[in-house]
Amino acid sequence: MSGVTVQESRRQLAGDALAIAAYALPVGLVYGLLALKAHFSLADVVVSCLVVLAGGAQFAAAGLVKDHAPWVAIAGVTLLVNARHLLYSASIAPYAAKRPWRERAVMAHFLTDETFALSLAHFRRIGRFDARGYWIGAMVILVPWTAGSALGFLAAGAVDTTRLGLDVAFPAAMAGLSLGMVSGRRDIAAAAGAVLVAVPVGLLAGTSVGLVAGAVVGPLIGLAVPARPGQPVASAETVDATERAAEEGLP
Amino acid sequence: MSGVSLGLIPLALLMWLCTYPSRALPMLAPGIERLPTWAVTYLRLAGPAALAALAAVNCLLTSGPAPRLLIGVEPIAVGLCVAVVARTRMLFPGVAAAVVVVAAARAFGLS
Repeated sequence: MSGVTVQESRRQLAGDALAIAAYALPVGLVYGLLALKAHFSLADVVVSCLVVLAGGAQFAAAGLVKDHAPWVAIAGVTLLVNARHLLYSASIAPYAAKRPWRERAVMAHFLTDETFALSLAHFRRIGRFDARGYWIGAMVILVPWTAGSALGFLAAGAVDTTRLGLDVAFPAAMAGLSLGMVSGRRDIAAAAGAVLVAVPVGLLAGTSVGLVAGAVVGPLIGLAVPARPGQPVASAETVDATERAAEEGLP
Repeated sequence: MSGVSLGLIPLALLMWLCTYPSRALPMLAPGIERLPTWAVTYLRLAGPAALAALAAVNCLLTSGPAPRLLIGVEPIAVGLCVAVVARTRMLFPGVAAAVVVVAAARAFGLS
């Protein structure tokens, strides 16, 4: 415990949360635009924000739906993109261990990158669990993300998205999100390897097959790269790297 | 605009089924996260790899049953987005820069 009171830590949490809300809204706008291009309905957009609540996977799904990819490919990509949440949940688990099982089950649904980054930093400052702090961290992404997505969907109907270059927003957002998760040469090798596999396989067997091949093989290429000397191969430090990325404003 | 169609809600539920276990299992069943080191590393690397593959197939290949390599301003715009995100550590300015470049190229008939 660092001597910070719960109130002081919550004030810091609220300040950090505002910064996250400020970028969640415009990124949500981009998602809403893409979802319209993929022929989602407004109800589909809102429900996916509330039920899936995972920006990277939702962007991916919108692109794959637009390309008429099979749902099993979308499920596979979702599984891979969101596998990192195992690490987040494992970091939060010791703090939440004494909470009722039902409360932990509900909390888990809202464990996004941002909720993890905000709440874990808050718990570390005060040295214990704080339910109000966790829910501030959860709502600060759920509300602007959902509202921004709905607004983007409604606004997109009034503009020519291709003429305005908005079709490039999806691959650009994917590349930017990928960069936000990179914290070492293994991550770079995994991302570069995924690209090098996905493109030729996509040319030969279709984009969906190329995508899944890249996503599955890329991490194996990353594993083949030796970890930096003196650095742990995988530990809580790997979670810290992701936490830093989320705190720096990447969803 | 099909504001009331619910056609993709089952897909959202399927995606939830693929997401919720990784969010919940370590919190609900402590100890399950004690995977082998290589498995933890693979899980960590899967995120950037999947998103990079998505970006690549969407800006370097045409869509459809027989994809072709796409030559144009779009890959350059995505590269610009990566550079801006690397510099600012924020996604939105990078995406905005990419969109502006592509819109400008199309306005001048370059793409």
